[in-house]
Amino acid sequence: MDLHFGDSKPTDDERAAVDALFGPPESSWEGADRCDADLRWARGGREARNRRDLLLPGLHAINDRIGWISEGALGYLCRRLTVPPAEAYGVATFYAMFSVEPRPATVLQVCTDLACAAAGAAGLCAGIASRLGSDSGVSVERSPCLGLCERAPAVLAVRAGDPVRTALSAPADVETAVLAASAPGSAPEERPAAGAVPQAGDASLILLRRIGVVDPSSLDDYRAHGGYTALRRAFALGPSEVIREVTDSGLLGRGGAAFPTGRKWRATASQPDGPHYLVCNADESEPGTFKDRVLMEGDPYALVEAMTVAAYAVGAHKGYLYVRGEYPRALRRMRHAVDCARARGLLGDDVLGQGYAFDIEIRRGAGAYICGEETALFNSIEGYRGEPRSKPPFPVEKGLFGRPTVENNVETLVNVLPILTMGAPAYAAIGTPGSTGPKLFCVSGTVERPGVYELPFGATLGELLTLAGLRENLRAVLLGGAAGGFVRPDELDVPLTFEGTREAGTTLGSGVVMAFDDTVPMPRLLVRIAEFFRDESCGQCVPCRVGTVRQEEALHRIVERTGTDAADDIALLREVGRAMRDASICGLGQTAWNAVESAIDRLGAYE
Amino acid sequence: MTAIPLGVPRRLVEFTIDGQEARVPEGSTILDACRAAGKDVPTLCEGDTLTPKNACRVCVVEVEGSRTLVPACSRRAEAGMEVRTGTERARHSRKIVLELLASSVDLSTTPMVAEWIKEYDAKPDRFGPDAARLNEEPKIDNELYVRDYDKCILCYKCVDACGDQWQNTFAISVSGRGFDARIAVEHDAPLTDSACVYCGNCIEVCPTGALSFKSEFDRRAAGEWDESAQTRTTTVCAYCGVGCNLTLHVQDNDIVKVTSPHDNPVTHGNLCIKGRFGYQHVQNRG
Repeated sequence: MDLHFGDSKPTDDERAAVDALFGPPESSWEGADRCDADLRWARGGREARNRRDLLLPGLHAINDRIGWISEGALGYLCRRLTVPPAEAYGVATFYAMFSVEPRPATVLQVCTDLACAAAGAAGLCAGIASRLGSDSGVSVERSPCLGLCERAPAVLAVRAGDPVRTALSAPADVETAVLAASAPGSAPEERPAAGAVPQAGDASLILLRRIGVVDPSSLDDYRAHGGYTALRRAFALGPSEVIREVTDSGLLGRGGAAFPTGRKWRATASQPDGPHYLVCNADESEPGTFKDRVLMEGDPYALVEAMTVAAYAVGAHKGYLYVRGEYPRALRRMRHAVDCARARGLLGDDVLGQGYAFDIEIRRGAGAYICGEETALFNSIEGYRGEPRSKPPFPVEKGLFGRPTVENNVETLVNVLPILTMGAPAYAAIGTPGSTGPKLFCVSGTVERPGVYELPFGATLGELLTLAGLRENLRAVLLGGAAGGFVRPDELDVPLTFEGTREAGTTLGSGVVMAFDDTVPMPRLLVRIAEFFRDESCGQCVPCRVGTVRQEEALHRIVERTGTDAADDIALLREVGRAMRDASICGLGQTAWNAVESAIDRLGAYE
Repeated sequence: MTAIPLGVPRRLVEFTIDGQEARVPEGSTILDACRAAGKDVPTLCEGDTLTPKNACRVCVVEVEGSRTLVPACSRRAEAGMEVRTGTERARHSRKIVLELLASSVDLSTTPMVAEWIKEYDAKPDRFGPDAARLNEEPKIDNELYVRDYDKCILCYKCVDACGDQWQNTFAISVSGRGFDARIAVEHDAPLTDSACVYCGNCIEVCPTGALSFKSEFDRRAAGEWDESAQTRTTTVCAYCGVGCNLTLHVQDNDIVKVTSPHDNPVTHGNLCIKGRFGYQHVQNRG
């Protein structure tokens, strides 16, 4: 590799931001000034190249300190890691939270996605813009779902510096949004995670039982509330018995694909190639989803323990927790939890004194929905563009760094704890034979008490909405998020199980339930969904890259039209949608037409 | 003479294509098998010297039991597979992909596409006059080659050829995301400020003419490019002792571009700046 770095230089601040992450460079081969010794031997090339996966943390370090990534800063980061600048530029421009153009130190992201749009995000944007004026030194950006749907509309302010400061305001009005942007350091304390759990404290809860009950910062409190009994049982059982328990429990993945978790673990554990990796997908970016955030903010040690159990079962000694970039509090809490667990011997070389080595590395996403796709997430961790890989080979065979990898999302992993503490039969008795266990639902939109609800599989949509306080004049319910589908108000008896929703011709997805009353303009909502997919497409394959654009164009054309006037464009949408579903590389393109199709067919949105 | 590299004998995989039995060596792709069986499956991003990226999706076929269509260029044939190449479903996706591509970029210099558009009855105009297009001006910032991204279908071939698959220069990459994704050097700078070493191997693999010799670009602009009037002569490069093969494209007694045979076991179609562009001295008739 013959790298060319150009002659742009970093500022002292930019250099310091990078050096704070990697330490000072040792030789000119990785960015120091040239000295005589450097002429006689080459050190650092291969070593530095092996740290390619630190590219994303490096970009974060610069963006956090300066607010954007200059040519000089990118060049210096590339020298430190011997990454070709063109590739690093490709990575930096892939993520929404990075800028390669100068911008103000403070960025105010205003969520304009489904729940926030329904709660008046457009007016909020206009209000903020007129209040701040043009020379406020704040860059106001429209953001896809911030995962705060239970308290829409939401804004997130990020002020670059050392340290970087963030402030959330939700539900936001013009006053609080502007305050968050102008003084993120003194913004009022966010409301506790339990505020998003209307059932908090209910004795029947399993997954949410500790939220609002334990102090999320205290490991002792976690242990006092049953923490680490699952891991002890796992050590007593041994890896293959743990996998048997998980298999017998019937646990299906909760990220949306509903793949049997035990089977995935078994397939990875039996791979002769090593090392094995565990990846926890906490990049929940589906509009309307916020359960993983609430779990990480309210009960972070549970995730640390669950990851340890999973790693032990599949023979992994290293786990990556990939948290989406828009979740500053979840990131803080998880970092704290991982550090405390390590300090107390619950992570590290000798977990619980059992001679088993396991540690967790936390990685922060940077604003890309596609990185929730399992293989795109591997690329993102490895320091490449977050583009999905084509399968096969599957991750259990060749995943992170080309090694056998288990990837589960947060909710799936947290289910492993009750499986071990109550035993597989007791767990499998909850729910239905096809969908076992408790399930988390993220209810938002026009309901009285939006939030995360836990119900055993099998409750109906109507029961869930009654619990959340359904308002009158329900027009439609979006099930499964933007990649899911709409159901009508007369279909509320659909059972919330994987098989029940499938039979009803819809999907449970990741558990999103968004209610919309008749004040929400359906065609506008559909345009927003199309805009989301066009924005979040990685651009790798043609059906998705161009298809999502053509879908959005057609929906714009028919915003005000119905019946025969819309027929041509609806036919066009069907044809393009079918090709996207059939020929796209990954789930993003394959599902980008689901919600629109269901709105046309089930809701008669343009009749 | 074309050398045939001999490898370890491989087992044969038996499966069916459109109901006919097919046998191909283990590791072959469905596309290899289709070609061996004389089936016409269109491809754009597949390149004979590169690992398929399967980004364009025009080669999709139906495989029994698969939820979605699969790209023939990169999916390996497996024993017992039932492949169908010309079903309504596969043809529909190919047609839409051709429409999507032809409506967003200029495919006028892409070989074969006009025939496929006809064959699949694709109508790129039906997305309306306002359909988003690239509409970019060609980038002309050096004397050797032109980057006309209005013709780019983002097949990633040039990125792979410049990167770890051949040249190891890594001068270009994909930047941005979604419809805004583009092939670019760092900071979207001119090529002359980048790591480019002007080997031209990206031109060699470009399937659409988005990357071209300046000599070809200028002649096309002047209406003087006439492939039917060109002769091709394969010879040996005289610059060093490696012995790379050059194919000289000659029109009106002028060398108008240089390519290299892809089946050459040493270079696989790749050249260096001298072999690719260093032919002016031949034409100094002064």
